[in-house]
Amino acid sequence: MVNIIPFFVIIPLGTAFLISLLGKYVRHFAGIAISLSSAVVLALSISCAVYLSSTADKILVYKIGGWVPPFGISLVLDGLSIFMLVMVSLVSFFVAVYSLSYMERYTDKPKFFTLFSLMVCGMNGIIITGDLFNLFVFLEIASIASYALVAFGTEAEELEASFKYAIMGSVASCFIFIGIAFLYGFTSTLNMADIARVLSVKHSSYVLPFVGTLFLMGFGLKAALVPFHAWLADAHPSAPASISAMLSGILIKTLGVYALIRVFFSIIGSTQAYLSVLMFLGTASLLVAVILALSQWDLKRLLAYHSISQIGYVVLGIGLGTPLGILGGLFHLFNHSIFKSLLFLNSGAIDYCLGTRDLKETSGLAKIMPVTAKTNLIASMSIAGIPPFNGFFSKLIIIFACIQSGHLGYGLCAVIGSILTLASFMKVQKYAFLGRLKDKFKNIKEVPAAMRLSMLALAFICVFGGIMLLMPFRVFLDDAVQAVLRGTHYSSVVFEAVGK
Amino acid sequence: MSLYLLCLLLFCVGFYGILRKRNLVKMIIGLGIMEYSMNLFFVLLGYRMQGRSPIEAMDQNVLNMVDPLPQALVLTSIIIGLGVTALVISIAIRIYDKYGTFDITKINKLRG
Repeated sequence: MVNIIPFFVIIPLGTAFLISLLGKYVRHFAGIAISLSSAVVLALSISCAVYLSSTADKILVYKIGGWVPPFGISLVLDGLSIFMLVMVSLVSFFVAVYSLSYMERYTDKPKFFTLFSLMVCGMNGIIITGDLFNLFVFLEIASIASYALVAFGTEAEELEASFKYAIMGSVASCFIFIGIAFLYGFTSTLNMADIARVLSVKHSSYVLPFVGTLFLMGFGLKAALVPFHAWLADAHPSAPASISAMLSGILIKTLGVYALIRVFFSIIGSTQAYLSVLMFLGTASLLVAVILALSQWDLKRLLAYHSISQIGYVVLGIGLGTPLGILGGLFHLFNHSIFKSLLFLNSGAIDYCLGTRDLKETSGLAKIMPVTAKTNLIASMSIAGIPPFNGFFSKLIIIFACIQSGHLGYGLCAVIGSILTLASFMKVQKYAFLGRLKDKFKNIKEVPAAMRLSMLALAFICVFGGIMLLMPFRVFLDDAVQAVLRGTHYSSVVFEAVGK
Repeated sequence: MSLYLLCLLLFCVGFYGILRKRNLVKMIIGLGIMEYSMNLFFVLLGYRMQGRSPIEAMDQNVLNMVDPLPQALVLTSIIIGLGVTALVISIAIRIYDKYGTFDITKINKLRG
């Protein structure tokens, strides 16, 4: 089973290579290859998850080229990695199916799918790698692919957004790189487990806070936490809708939140100071962004601000540092990836049919686009936290965790944020789907079958997402929470698994 | 020590270019300078005073080797920097086609 770990990188990378090579000459090759490869990755990740939950120590380590860590690069699959991996492959599979029809309006589908596949490769690499510099390389692969994908339409706004995103993303990468350089200078190793081991015996009062700040700036910028959020509201709406779904759904979580958790919990070790900063940034994000979202009329821009706000919930939950808080944070991470990608796919469907996504132009779409309207209603209720949809449970857990650990103020902020989210999605429902249908939209048909299929599947997961808290599925979440709570014991667990 | 401070100075020059310059091309140059400074910093970390190249020979005992790992990593990082720069420049050229200017204050179709 260990030997299939590198395939999470190899399959998307190989697909990208083949599509760029053959996509131009063989008709439909790109579409078939991308859906096949993402289906295979999804199947592999689920089978890995099932296998991992049955093992005793819940960790698999693959040694590239047979070099034993700390000398070689190792790929580590623990509870948290497999949780993220399943999430990424689930969303990317449905988005790939959706893109088959959606991308008809753009020229050059093969290039799109090449970049898409590279982005998935980068994200999978970040999740499974056990080496800090390797993480940086995969981070850059995913980032560069996403800069190019934001500019894919090559209209004026898209290029502007992409330029802004590329510059800010590169600055963030610089900070991350300098952080890695300092850590390497201090510990003389790049293997994450080995860094954690060295840091546990070698203390320094000034290197670690400095490195922590650099990583917080870098990964915080990638995750679009509030003081660093300016690029997201431009970049995410400008991309094609399926890419917005990928960016908001999984990219900011993998590049930002997952990397933050890995660095702060597993390598540096979480102290109360870091946790307080994370809680504060999370609360600031969830309040500021939702207030900005209320005044938006562009549907995708509104959704992009909500991404910042929901990431705030995730970071707040994880920053609490209690088992319940981390459970809520990770569960919200999963739920948000599902309903936010669904919402962006809905906005893409509206854009596909009407050619506009301005909420002042649309009304009464429920009559002509029943599938989009119903799935959008489900996703809106999920994000606003209405029972029994999945978003309700994760927000409830986060709020309970706030109260349990005595942070009543943060809990109150989370409740207010949730109410404002509900308000802004009522606006979406009212202006887009309810009301009287305009005459010029009378003859519009519902979107093609591939787009409907992936929207329906994601809506299905939204409705039954709460089931993850029940017993047979609960193991999946609990393993992820255990992996986070393990903290810097990560190193001893990895070395034990290597020794076997 | 002075070498590290010069490295920091170079980083600040690049950062200033990104933050304060209004011309897209100058911003890209600033980004390039920033990337060079951090590559330089990483290579400096591996340098030893009077060190020699890290090549192991059969009948020699090499005592004062420079650390070869940062050099390998910086090579990767330079290539990543090249990729980013190429992409950003091509976007800047496209922006010039659409807007007819490199001035960042005049490129403002996105608001809100």
